[in-house]
Formats: sequence, structure tokens, C-alpha cells
Amino acid sequence: MLKHEQIEKSVPLLIILTLAVVIWGGLLEIVPLFFQKSTTTPVEGTKPYDAVRLVGRDVYIREGCYLCHSQMIRPFRAETERYGHYSVAGEYVYDHPFQWGSKRTGPDLHRVGGRYSDEWQRAHLMNPRDVVPESNMPAFAFLANTKAKDSVGADVEKKMEVMRTYANVRGLPTYSDADIKGAKAAIGDMTEMDVLIAYLQGMGTALSTMK
Amino acid sequence: MSDFISDFWNLYVVVIVLASILACAVLLVVQGKATFTPGKTMGHVWDETLEEYNNPMPKWWSWLFVITVVFALVYLALYPGLGNFKGMLGWTSGGQHAAEVAKMDAAVKPLFDKYLAMDVKAVAGDKQAMEMGKRLYLTYCMQCHGADARGAKGFPNLTDSDWQWGGEPQQIVETISAGRMAMMPPHAHLGADTVKDLANYVRSLSGLPHDSVRAAKGATAFTEAGCVGCHGMDAKGMHAVGAPNLTDKVWLYGSSEATIIETINNGRQNKMPAWKEFLGEAKVHLLSAYVLSVGQAK
Repeated sequence: MLKHEQIEKSVPLLIILTLAVVIWGGLLEIVPLFFQKSTTTPVEGTKPYDAVRLVGRDVYIREGCYLCHSQMIRPFRAETERYGHYSVAGEYVYDHPFQWGSKRTGPDLHRVGGRYSDEWQRAHLMNPRDVVPESNMPAFAFLANTKAKDSVGADVEKKMEVMRTYANVRGLPTYSDADIKGAKAAIGDMTEMDVLIAYLQGMGTALSTMK
Repeated sequence: MSDFISDFWNLYVVVIVLASILACAVLLVVQGKATFTPGKTMGHVWDETLEEYNNPMPKWWSWLFVITVVFALVYLALYPGLGNFKGMLGWTSGGQHAAEVAKMDAAVKPLFDKYLAMDVKAVAGDKQAMEMGKRLYLTYCMQCHGADARGAKGFPNLTDSDWQWGGEPQQIVETISAGRMAMMPPHAHLGADTVKDLANYVRSLSGLPHDSVRAAKGATAFTEAGCVGCHGMDAKGMHAVGAPNLTDKVWLYGSSEATIIETINNGRQNKMPAWKEFLGEAKVHLLSAYVLSVGQAK
């Protein structure tokens, strides 16, 4: 029989057995999630991100918004009173990668769509202190200086094709060829701030009661 | 109905979970039977004299492992975890949330009902109701209107006596319930000169320094360009469309000539979201009373 001493003294053996333990856990913690309806079926009203929101989402990721904002409303009364319906797995089917986050320096943003006006979002991104004097969020005024088509939107067609591949693998509704062809036109002359606001305004609206 | 797409996955989870727990139990038993020679070392020496004995684990420690095995079995019997088995307690996170909400709602309902039955003006005079209103305000409203309710550029100050959409209790309830959408169309087509005239006229209305020749021309343009359609002949605004009164000293976007020119050229639009569906009638009622009370508190 394998002795503790042997495992301790052989690095390859230690690596292989460690991996075996992790994989065993993964078999149970990860694999079944791909075969559950609640995690793979979109909630009614969930749609693939249109071209503008998809690149807006890339601004969100690039600026590291997830470091301070979560996108996960837990099923506790204190959270649902403030943010709205708790998040469910079927709302994230088009999120690659998901933006759940793990820390709330700022509020959760999963249902921020429609909560404020576009004008508020703009004023707030330009300088958060203009509307919320107590805020410690950094200003993102520079987002208004760059056209989305020159940065995050430059390869939007490619991005949409990748997203379409993911969706097809899982048999989900996805972009048509026309959607991808029209992506650049849809983004047009919008700035990075415009597309980010479009993304924020569409967030979590499938189960939201904000109109 | 099972959440898994096929029953195989139910079996898959059950087998792996039970096999793992069983393996832990077997390991515990086997290891418990191992024999140790007291005083025998593992053969290493560190720092000249530091050696490691090959002793059995303390009993309390191996009992902890036994307890985790038992705990796992009890847990899986009570709570969901073993494939499709829902657990004897029938617990779900959604169910727990619903119970939490129902309990709180039942506790506060009499209070909300009491104030809902009262007139908004009467609620505004109730100390406890305003305490509640303030908390609601600080949760849902302060992001735009500010913690002190004094607003910000483009977001109305609620503490002055000026009301863009009307300050009657019913109008405030309406504003919070259904939201408001204000739209001033852009007027850059009038030409830079006329816009400057208009800006001077608007400044003259509230007694701000202005060019009186331009203001006189602006007064004519004010009628001809259709400004009167929303702001009225007397420029006192119109609550029905949210057109601000231009003759008072309250400015939503700013009173400088440059800002007014910007407003006329590009137009302004902003939106107050609708809260009735999110908050419900009772909370909107309380908030309306709170807004009324901060508007009167001067």
C-alpha cells in the first residue's frame, strides 16, 4: 500500500494525487450544474446583449467595476427591499464571463437598469460627487473622450461570433447574421460612456419591477 | 419536477456523495486500527535536535472526523443536497426569503395601513410617519435628490417651494408613482444671436444682470419661437408638462448666461423613474408625505 512517506517525498505523485482530490470535488460541485434546468434555461425576458450593450459590458470589465460592485442580489429581505427581486441563475446565461463580483464597496448593480435616468448615469460617471456628495467612487469622465468603435467596439463582430458559438453549444437564442453585420452601425459614434450607460440600463430588467 | 435534465444526474450525485461519505468512514476505521510504536521517530532531524514522533492522532481529533460524517448524513436527510431529494424539512432559499418577507410585512402592515388611510397632509405632520419616510427617502431617493433633499444640477431640490410638476399632495403622489419625463427640445436652429437674446430675456425675468437690448429682442423671440407653449405667456411654467417657472430664483441646470444658452441650444431631458410597482402604494404614500414635509420645512 501507498505510504504517506512515499507521497511526501515524490513531487509528481503529490501533484497527481492533489489533482485527483480536486477533480473528485469538481465532479460534484461543477459538472452537474451544466445539466440543471435552473442554471441553463434563460429566465423569460432574458435576451443576448445587443451589440451596444455587449461592448458596454467590456468597458465595465475593463474598468474593473466588478471590484467594487456585485451583480448578485441574495435572497435576503434586506437586499430585496433595496435592490428588487433576488438574482436567479437563469438570468446569467449570456454572461461570459459573469460579473457577480465578491465585494460591495458600492451597491449591487444587478437591477440598476431603469433605476436612474440616463442623465443621472452620465452625471454620476462624470463625477459621482455631483449627485451623491458622500460617494467615494472614482470619476470616469474620461470615458466620454473615446469613441467605442475605436476601442471596445473595434472587433465587435468577432466578439458577437464568439458569443454566438457559446449560445449555439447550449442551444440558446442568439444573434442573426444581420445582427452581427449591423453591429458597427448600431454602435455608430457612441462614446465608451454611452455604451456603458446602455449596458447599465439593460441590467437585470427581466425580473425587475422598475419601469 | 426534477431540476436535472435527466434522471442520470440524480443518480450521479447520489452515488458520488454517498460513496465519498462512505470512503471517509472507511478511512477512519482503517486508520483507527493502525498500530504505532511509542517513542519511534519518523527519522528526520531538524535544527540539530528537533525530531518528529510517529504518534496516533489525538482521540478528540478523530472524533471530530466521526462527527463530520454523522453531520453530513443528518444534513442530507434534512436539507436538499442528495440529487432530487428535497430534504425532510422542505427548505429552499426562496422559501426562506418569502417567509422572512411575509413575517416583516405582517408586522408593519398595520402601520402602513394606518398611514395609507390618512390624508397625505396629515401624514406629513405625523412624527413617526416622517421618521419612516426619511428612511425610505434615504434608501430610494437620495441618489438623485441628495441626502439633504437639496438636489443637484439637473435633479430638483425638494426643499424649496418650487414644484416642477406641482406641489399638491396628489401631484406628488402621481410623480413618485408613475414617474415623470421632461423634455425641452433643442432650439439651436434659432441661430446663436437669437438664442443669446433669449438667454438675456430669461435672466431679466428673474432680475439677474442682463443686456436690456437683447432682453427686449428676446421677449419677442420668446413668443415667436414657441417658448410660451410650455413656459406660458407669463413665463411662469406649466406643471402639466414639467416646464419650469422662469421668473423665480430656482434654477435646475444653472443661471449663468452660458448655461442658459446651452439649455436652449441642446434642450434638456431627464426622467424620474416610476416607483409604484417597486415600492407599492403604502410606501409611495409615506414618501409623498415626506417630500411634502421637507418642502414645507422652511
